[in-house]
Amino acid sequence: MASEIIAINEFAGGGQSVGEWLHGWVTTVDHKRLGILYILFSVFFLVIGGIEATIMRIQLMVPHNHFVSPEVFNRMFTMHGTTMIFFVAMPVLFGFGTYLIPLMIGARDMAFPRLNALSFWLTAFGGLLLYFSFIGGNGLYGAGNAPDVGWFAYAPLTSRAFSVGHSTDFWTLALLISGIGSIGTAVNFITTIITMRCPGMTLGKMPLLAWMNLVTAGMVILAVSPLTAAQIMLCFDRYLGAHFFDTQAGGSAVLWMHFFWIFGHPEVYILILPSFAFASEIIPVFSRKPIFGYPIMVAATVMIGFISMSVWAHHMFAIGMSSYGNTFFTITSMLISIPTGIKIFNWIGTMWGGKIQFKAPMLFCVAFLFQFLIAGLTGIMLAASPFNWQLTGSYFVVAHFHYVIVGAILFTLFGAFYYWYPKMTGRMYNETLARWHFWLFVIGFHLTFDFMHIPGLLGMPRRIYTYEPGRGWEFWNLLVTIGTFVQGIAVLIFVGNLLWSMFKGPVAGNDPWDAWTLEWSTTSPPPDYNFATIPVVESRRPLWDLKHPEDPDWKYE
Amino acid sequence: MKRSEQTRSRAGKVLGIAFLLAGFLIAATVCAADPAGPSQIPNIFKPDSTPADSIFRLSKLVLVITSIIFVVVFSLIAYATAKFRKSDADDGSEPPQVYGSNQVELAWTVIPGLIVLVLFLATARVILSVQDAPKPPGAIEVIAVGHQYWWEYRYPELGVVTANELHVPVSDLQHPTPTFITLLSADTDHSFWVPRLAGKTDLIPNHPNHTWIDPHEAGLFLGQCAQYCGVQHAKMLLRVYVDSAADFDAWVQGQKRFAATNDAAAEGRRIFESTACINCHAVSGTVADGHFGPDLTHLMSRDTLAAGAALNTRENLRAWIQSPDSIKPGSLMPAMKLSDHDLDALTAYLETLR
Repeated sequence: MASEIIAINEFAGGGQSVGEWLHGWVTTVDHKRLGILYILFSVFFLVIGGIEATIMRIQLMVPHNHFVSPEVFNRMFTMHGTTMIFFVAMPVLFGFGTYLIPLMIGARDMAFPRLNALSFWLTAFGGLLLYFSFIGGNGLYGAGNAPDVGWFAYAPLTSRAFSVGHSTDFWTLALLISGIGSIGTAVNFITTIITMRCPGMTLGKMPLLAWMNLVTAGMVILAVSPLTAAQIMLCFDRYLGAHFFDTQAGGSAVLWMHFFWIFGHPEVYILILPSFAFASEIIPVFSRKPIFGYPIMVAATVMIGFISMSVWAHHMFAIGMSSYGNTFFTITSMLISIPTGIKIFNWIGTMWGGKIQFKAPMLFCVAFLFQFLIAGLTGIMLAASPFNWQLTGSYFVVAHFHYVIVGAILFTLFGAFYYWYPKMTGRMYNETLARWHFWLFVIGFHLTFDFMHIPGLLGMPRRIYTYEPGRGWEFWNLLVTIGTFVQGIAVLIFVGNLLWSMFKGPVAGNDPWDAWTLEWSTTSPPPDYNFATIPVVESRRPLWDLKHPEDPDWKYE
Repeated sequence: MKRSEQTRSRAGKVLGIAFLLAGFLIAATVCAADPAGPSQIPNIFKPDSTPADSIFRLSKLVLVITSIIFVVVFSLIAYATAKFRKSDADDGSEPPQVYGSNQVELAWTVIPGLIVLVLFLATARVILSVQDAPKPPGAIEVIAVGHQYWWEYRYPELGVVTANELHVPVSDLQHPTPTFITLLSADTDHSFWVPRLAGKTDLIPNHPNHTWIDPHEAGLFLGQCAQYCGVQHAKMLLRVYVDSAADFDAWVQGQKRFAATNDAAAEGRRIFESTACINCHAVSGTVADGHFGPDLTHLMSRDTLAAGAALNTRENLRAWIQSPDSIKPGSLMPAMKLSDHDLDALTAYLETLR
């Protein structure tokens, strides 16, 4: 990791002492450096979260396995979920947003550069605090160290009666702190996008990546705030004698569920919209066509933003809501498939009639389309609340949301890594290694997450540290575990490729993909000030207009 | 040139085949995973009770519709990626720039809208039929209380209290005797899930829930707690014994009797009643009336110990009393640390509780 930073730094103008170099990175308020810090931070936690997943999969490889104790297993799934959502997925997407938004809208930095730095460091220290629990979480003799309450930490497991020691406090405070960081980033995104677009870039001419991050940022403010409030209430319960969620004193476990999922479901869309944003930038460039139905794509994004605020209780179909409640959340959850479907069709429409080049970014985006289709369809199954009574809390639901988070979000992220790598580092990655990464990851992903649906259908609940033989689950669990290792190898190739290309990759040039958005009009990596002169745009594809003066976009938009 | 094109199209085929295989394997294996005949696999697609069956019928509709969508959209993506691949003989010119089409957009908004409407109406029917089903006069009432990490069952009308192994009668269509279960929790959240009988319903403290089952045939149905409830969530197993009407009546009569007394086990009984056992366990007709742990009045009528974690054998019973962690690490039963002699006597006493 350190060598990667040094290499990047060399491109940014080397020749400093280590102290100067470190000082430069720690005190930076440059959106590009902060973006890279976010990304490196997330890759670090991705590896840790991956190791936790691997520990779980080894334990579940065979029934009645003794690889880890139930206590350790419960910590692993809690830390894996919390890490992957709050300290990998969100920061990496924020990192790409922070890096790309000013470049794509023709600005020289974010609206609030210092808030930008504050947000990053809050998130980073939130992550470190969570992991400090392994050392400092005990508190009482015999009490566990790392949190073991599950990533949605249902009450009353988090009350002091059931969670002695400080492990739950580390979880609460880590999320509280990183949540404040997320809200800061969201405010920054919104302000930047609203106020700092270059001349000519009306909202209707803004790149889709900026649009989708704008909607995401709005959702972050609406969704992370209740989570933050709930964390404070939980602290009050545990230390100030409040009884919001303390069922032994008449509190409500269901209240916590509502608070958590009013955050938790929009969170899924907070993660998937930036991933849609990557696909909406990459697919057109590699199909050599503009995005199909730009206004509809924007409208669908906004619709997803609104509808996603009204679906949270589909995580709670089994908690005994009234039949009317279940009916309401069934229809809202099904409705969200319409704007999402529109997006899939528009991406297909973009490829239709194009000249598709299957470079690594495009490969990952095409795989994303297939996998997101499946994830959406299993989502419809889960939206039908009676079917959900069987599927929720089982390995089917685990497979479903990993299909979304890995099959869709991580795949587009890998695409984004390869697509913007030459811009961020100035060097091209190795295409052969990227293809190895792609195919191994596709195989590993499908081995793991296709077959993970089946034990769920056969009655295997999630979050069990071991299971009984003879229920038809053994074979599938073994396959799932094998797939995990294949994915692990693929990720190692990915990290290796990025590191190797940092030093040995061919120089990429400003615009290696013959792309159309503003970030490709400046040098790779961009100078501190991004653009020597602020660009003026006339259409959604300013570089197309530049390259095809005889047939510019603004004539048709 | 030629070679690279071949590899490319081969790669495309591999991609297509891989995805197709993945989709069909899921469908095929789910159907094939559970061979016909009595099976202990808690397969949600082998329902044996009206709620599970209603869900199964709805799930077939949902699966058919989603499969059709899958095939259509999958083919579109596969066709687009195969057909519009840039050829090696390409002249490097840009393809025609198309910005969108309102008609096409309208079509792929309205058609999914209609599909959603159909799915929603079918789903709403099942929600109401399962959740708001009226309780017929012959219904059996059970109160299930979730504990860390075991199940307490009370039959208030029949005067029976038992643990971990739920007995219910077969419900035939002419004379339905469904079982209506009130779900309570003594500590954390749990979830009652026996996939072949009904979908899951959570047990939440301060939040009574209800579910019902009407099994159509006798047999043993397995499930387990489906909401994370603490260290031993994994070994909070569910066993539902569906008995014929006569067997069920016999079982109820047996459970209503006071605990058997046997002079040969008097020493074990003295140990039981003079140690911490009675703080948590009840044996009817004796001084033992604890409520934190399972009722032991008819312990030997049960097939398993520790919420299904071990078979109810003499060796397991001994191990369970002496060192519960050897069977279920993290269970709330304390290790009794008895001498071998006392342990033998206590085990012998418990074995008389039939």
